[in-house]
Amino acid sequence: MDDFAQASAVENVTCPFCGLLCDDLTVERDTAGALRVGKNGCSRSITFFERGTPPLLPRLGGEDASLQDAIAGAAEFLRRAHHPLIAGLGTEVQGMRAVTSLADKLGATIDHMHSKGFMRNLLVVQNSGWLTTTLTEVRNRVDLLVIIGTDVVSLLPRFFERVVWNRDSLFGQDTAQREIVYLGGQNIDTTAGIAPDGRKPEVLPCEPERLPEVAAALRALVAGKKLAATEIAGIATTALEKLAERLKTARYSVFTWSARAMDFPHAELTVQNITETIKILNQTTRSSGLPLGGNDGDVSINQVSAWISGYPVRTSYGSGHPEYDPYHFSTDRLIDRGEADVLVWISTFDPGRIPPATNLPTIVLGHPGMKFDQEPDIFIPVGVPGMDHRGVLFRMDGVVALPIDRLRSSTLPSLGEVLAAIEQAL
Amino acid sequence: MLLKLTGGTVYDPAHGIDGQVMDIYVRDGRIVDRPREGERIDQEYDLTGKVVMAGAIDMHTHIGGGKVNIARTLLPEDHRGDPVDHTELTRAGCGHVAPSTLTTGYRYAEMGYTAGFEPAVLPLNARQAHLEMGDTPIIDKGGYVMLGNDDLFLRMLAAQKDQNAINDYVAWIIHATQAMGIKVVNAGGISAFKFNQRMLDLDEKNAYYQVTPRQVLKTLARAVYELGVPHPLHVHGNNLGVPGNVETTLNTIAGVEGYPLHLTHIQFHSYGTEGDRKFSSGAARIAEAINRNKHVSADVGQILFGQTVTASGDNMSQFRNAGHAHPDKWICMDIECDAGCGVVPFKYKDQNFVNALQWAIGLEIFLLVEDPWRIFLTTDHPNGAPFTSYPHLIRLLMDKTFRNEIFSRIHPDAQKMSTLASIDREYSLYEIAIMTRAGAARLVGLHDRGHLGVGAAADITVYTDDPDREKMFAKPDYVFKDGELVVRNGKVVKVTWGATHAVKPEFDRGIEKEIAKYFDTYHTVKMDHVKVTEQHIAEDGRNHVIVQACKGRRERTA
Repeated sequence: MDDFAQASAVENVTCPFCGLLCDDLTVERDTAGALRVGKNGCSRSITFFERGTPPLLPRLGGEDASLQDAIAGAAEFLRRAHHPLIAGLGTEVQGMRAVTSLADKLGATIDHMHSKGFMRNLLVVQNSGWLTTTLTEVRNRVDLLVIIGTDVVSLLPRFFERVVWNRDSLFGQDTAQREIVYLGGQNIDTTAGIAPDGRKPEVLPCEPERLPEVAAALRALVAGKKLAATEIAGIATTALEKLAERLKTARYSVFTWSARAMDFPHAELTVQNITETIKILNQTTRSSGLPLGGNDGDVSINQVSAWISGYPVRTSYGSGHPEYDPYHFSTDRLIDRGEADVLVWISTFDPGRIPPATNLPTIVLGHPGMKFDQEPDIFIPVGVPGMDHRGVLFRMDGVVALPIDRLRSSTLPSLGEVLAAIEQAL
Repeated sequence: MLLKLTGGTVYDPAHGIDGQVMDIYVRDGRIVDRPREGERIDQEYDLTGKVVMAGAIDMHTHIGGGKVNIARTLLPEDHRGDPVDHTELTRAGCGHVAPSTLTTGYRYAEMGYTAGFEPAVLPLNARQAHLEMGDTPIIDKGGYVMLGNDDLFLRMLAAQKDQNAINDYVAWIIHATQAMGIKVVNAGGISAFKFNQRMLDLDEKNAYYQVTPRQVLKTLARAVYELGVPHPLHVHGNNLGVPGNVETTLNTIAGVEGYPLHLTHIQFHSYGTEGDRKFSSGAARIAEAINRNKHVSADVGQILFGQTVTASGDNMSQFRNAGHAHPDKWICMDIECDAGCGVVPFKYKDQNFVNALQWAIGLEIFLLVEDPWRIFLTTDHPNGAPFTSYPHLIRLLMDKTFRNEIFSRIHPDAQKMSTLASIDREYSLYEIAIMTRAGAARLVGLHDRGHLGVGAAADITVYTDDPDREKMFAKPDYVFKDGELVVRNGKVVKVTWGATHAVKPEFDRGIEKEIAKYFDTYHTVKMDHVKVTEQHIAEDGRNHVIVQACKGRRERTA
């Protein structure tokens, strides 16, 4: 057992702060419990691990309160509520298990802060399905990586280091020769796509909201159709034709995209054009999708929700059984239309993820560093999973789930403990 | 706490008891011989006229892990047809083809089942499988972990590594994933698909490793045997669903040179190519081979008509069959240089020639295999049908009139291609108790389950003897789990959480050095983080691991 009062350097720490779940970090702890990232850090892990978490009391109506009083207050709000909304859901597996238990008991609706983007992928899964792959496959097989409308690295800083420019691979590939294509988007930082030998990636930019045209054109070309247009959203048709040919001759191409970045109406149809392109390619060669995500526990909480209820989030327990509706049960809609009457907002990893502005009674269970524009009725600071207590997180690919560890002593309760206490107090 | 179950008619094949009226005593969750001198009976159940068996064991059911959760996510429309309400006692969820974990546990218990084994735990996804099984109430759980498409094993095989080294790796995987056995799915084929091969027959070489499925199967069957793991190598054959695959299956039986072998969902691997439509029943040949080869067992993977979803590690086959998806959506995944998965919804129709014949082939196999200790009742849930259809399936086996009536309504050309109507056999209650209890426990390696002898865990199911066997098996009067009454009149009355069974074969831990280096060099996780520990499983505060004995590691052979 670790003695958390001692200064120490903990090796092979799993970082919970993005969907890559790198598990090779060294994190140093001083006697006061402050953490510093040593080996294998990145901009994101340094920001998150090294952020101060001052000891903090819960607040009731803006005034310091005991944990017991805050829990009793939260239970009181929830007991009176007809339609509680539990949103944000920035948590890990064990926290989410407690969320589903409470939601079941309360008849609450649950939604995640990143659902808007996540749903763009999910609607495609539930409409036509897809072919996808996982990080270790990419690391060992990808020969052509098509990155659509994102730089990848602002979400997942070590992506290229971990799975693209790795030196060793299993099947005799010269990984430095991997081809990278950035398709769509404007002013995207493509430096991470430069090969170790200095070879530059191919960049085919377009305005972000014109990505639908580009994705549709690429699908048509891969399907063998001829296009009359000479350019699509500013990209020469010949360049797309060349890309289509390269995809057909590649042995294991991978498409990656950030559904969150596709912020235009019906972006799910663009995701679908990508995933259907992959299906066509697999008639003759191998190709796979690698949707980006996993931050703030979005993959984890949807996994838990699916096994507990049968549905991902945007699910309501209001009628006694789970009902799923990706449109009606969105946080924004339930708040805007006044359908929810209490908001429980959860963000345990990121203090920047504060609740949306609302007149609803609001209970926040979150990172102790949270700063509010509008003081919630109740704020209960909880531990950060993977720093203050143990937990389990799913990686972006939804396959690998890793334990995240406690790194220091903490007086903060875990989200699961607080939710269980609230459930008990109802 | 002492219970007395009085005067029931007991079927306990492990002890040769075939419908004998007797009393059973249960103290603190275990079956005991009789009360101690002066010991008070705390509760008595009068079971006069009732049928008493051990709790049923589903030895192959997809209840947890990545592909099951993908199936759930894929099919909200199916869940909507079977909503499950929150009650005072139980939590909300949903049922039908890919039920929520909570509903899965409740419904298994309500059918008299007290254990279910997830047959396709991927090493790199084992944590998820255990998390889901941990949220499956009442029943006991366990898993078979998949090998034979993972890069490290294929690499060892290609390098002609010593069998002892392979055995150490296999044992390490069992420990790291808290498994009950080893499963191989489309041996080498899932890997071959990643190199763009679309079929892989038993003696065809994987394009990269240059090893054949036959080598994979023989090496793994031998490893499992030499490690003393009670459950034989669990094999999902190559060429699933392909007409003519009966030859592959027969060659697979011959190919393991006498090592114990369990062929799973064998119905899907028993197809010939006769007739106008080049699709015929290979059931007679398969049954004959099982009857003759005492080292072989099988579960059927019966299909039943209606909507379901197929969830499999075999993405090579699932991709091939994706055109049949109903509704038209499907998912395939390559996974971690380790495995794969494919999820394809299916609707089996009695007026579709192929589906109708698949239905008949499954039943032919059930009825032509002579030894009920070596054939097991499964639908490969949910691939052939959801597990909730087991009572219907039991009636098909026990009631010839009922069976023939349905047979007379299936596609007429399928009727012409099947001998089903000429088979008179009806399973007895004793035989049903073998295939769903005593035999299943023996096959899986659950030494203290599946029987009602002294010392056994008191997992006990009590039925009303009804000539309508579907009705009888759908709604037991009582189900006891570890001595606690959990179901009365087919409804959950108490929610318990069961346990997870695992085996721990001995091995040389020196192998970890090599595995750790391999993970560091080629993978995206550390070896130590792959491991699922007993503590992880117990972390939810409800579940725990029960270690079942590996009886006798065999002498290593040179």
